[in-house]
Amino acid sequence: MRQRSSTGRKTFVLFNYFILTVIAAACLLPLINVLAISFSSSSAVNSGLVKLWPVSFTLKSYEFVLNKPEFVSAFIVSLKRVIVGVPLNMLLTILIAYPLSKEKSEFRWRNQYAWLFVITMLFSGGLIPWYMAIKMTGIIDSFWALILPGAVPVFNVILMLNFFKSLPKEIEEAALMDGAGVWQSLWKIVVPLSAPSVATLTLFCIVTQWNSWFEGLILLNNPDGYPLQSYLQTVLVNRDMSLMTSADALTLRSVSDRTSKAAQAFVAMLPVLLVYPFLQRYFTQGIVLGSVKG
Amino acid sequence: MTNLRFRRQFPYHLMILPGLLFILIYNYVPMTGIVMAFERFVPSKGMYLSPWVGWKNFEFMLNMPGIYQVIWNTVFIALMKIIAGVVVPVVITLLLYEAKSRWFKSSVQTIVYFPHFLSWIILGGIFVDILSPSTGMLNEFLGWFGIKPIYFLGDVNWFPFTLVGTETWKEFGYGTIVYLAALTGINPTLYEAATMDGAGRFKQAVHVTLPGLLPMIVLMTILSLGNVLNAGFDQVFNLYSAQVYRSGDIIDTLVYRIGMEDANYGVATAVGLFKSVVSFVMISVSYGLAYRFTSYRIF
Repeated sequence: MRQRSSTGRKTFVLFNYFILTVIAAACLLPLINVLAISFSSSSAVNSGLVKLWPVSFTLKSYEFVLNKPEFVSAFIVSLKRVIVGVPLNMLLTILIAYPLSKEKSEFRWRNQYAWLFVITMLFSGGLIPWYMAIKMTGIIDSFWALILPGAVPVFNVILMLNFFKSLPKEIEEAALMDGAGVWQSLWKIVVPLSAPSVATLTLFCIVTQWNSWFEGLILLNNPDGYPLQSYLQTVLVNRDMSLMTSADALTLRSVSDRTSKAAQAFVAMLPVLLVYPFLQRYFTQGIVLGSVKG
Repeated sequence: MTNLRFRRQFPYHLMILPGLLFILIYNYVPMTGIVMAFERFVPSKGMYLSPWVGWKNFEFMLNMPGIYQVIWNTVFIALMKIIAGVVVPVVITLLLYEAKSRWFKSSVQTIVYFPHFLSWIILGGIFVDILSPSTGMLNEFLGWFGIKPIYFLGDVNWFPFTLVGTETWKEFGYGTIVYLAALTGINPTLYEAATMDGAGRFKQAVHVTLPGLLPMIVLMTILSLGNVLNAGFDQVFNLYSAQVYRSGDIIDTLVYRIGMEDANYGVATAVGLFKSVVSFVMISVSYGLAYRFTSYRIF
């Protein structure tokens, strides 16, 4: 029905594909450039030869990065953070979202509770009181400072709640009729039915946990406990020389600042790249459940 | 009767309890901590018992050199981001919608959505490299057209635009996905009717596709109004330097420096409170508007 080929139309189609290709390239090229730099020798990089393909290919930068104890230990802290933080995030998200997805007639305090959570998205005490409150709980400088303050991802709770609400009521009602308790109904019926959204939110949580850097920087005084992104903040962005040992400084001469930074950026990106195909499979679903909902 | 209802609803309370404790401790206790904005903080006395100074911290804030510039920077950067964050994804959605090859469409989507998931730490490292005036890829590219190297991250005049550009680069893919999702709801018979009436593809885009997107555009715009004081701490903090403070310093980075670097807790809390209050009003208004115009509800 919609085909109406004219020369104008053909020009537009070509032009359209061209523009979109340029746009996609603009998103991709910076990442490829960094990748190429990370695989190139420092002399090639310093003389400006490296564009989108490695010049005098070498794995030196990666060797340097993976032999750097600070980098490796920060990488492990980040992994630990994902392993501990994501299940906690998801457990709390589901446990809060389920009762809040009930009608007011089924759960009388639903609206009051829901507002209590929503208000935390609208108003905050600001940086310093947040820091002081965390300090009062005695977790400053410990691993738990990375986990507990952000344990409840309120925005995800809202998404989950709206998804639970969209499930057909009859299935759960039938289960409850048959004598299942609400706990059973939650874990055996509601959660399995919501598998796509649970998967989406889990992936979002993984990325969020992996990418967080501010808590580490503020709440940990000792850089030994830094997760990867906090550590990289000091390396990639701040160029804090105090964190560099003299041995590092020596190797840096052969590895060059640029190639080692590129390698570190790429290694830090790797886990996100790995989960991205899965993220992508669910993302439309995930976003639709968040935004299009009227 | 009440007893029975309570027993039935008891598990619900129990489910909420752990999460509730977390937000009480890490969200509501900090809210009570805004009293610090009216105190001169003394470490030995703590958050609640430090000496009361009334509005002194706010007076100090209003007399800080450059505070109005910082507020202006924040609003200017945030507004430009909001505008670019609506216009760019909408235009690209319209273009993508016209591309008929499914393979091409999904490849483009996959690529442009990816930067959304990278942190400003990694992107900070990447942009510092790419935007460098001497060795950066972008300046080299511009050089082909005879454009002299631009110091995107170090030039006071360029810096705000660099922020808007890089933010848009990172986030437009996300917006595109949202708008494309909204387009799936358009009734295909509308296009058939438009073709019958002799509308070409361009007219169809303007008269069918764009109106189909409009509710989502309105919703996203309204909801983003709550961000007028959020110029993006993560991004600015990782890209700025002392030489661009004049145009690039924003409220959040100022609070960070006053609080964390100068340890002036009272003033930092006061500035933060100012931001929180204004943001709260803006978000409430925007949610109210969103409910009125698109019957959007949070939950």
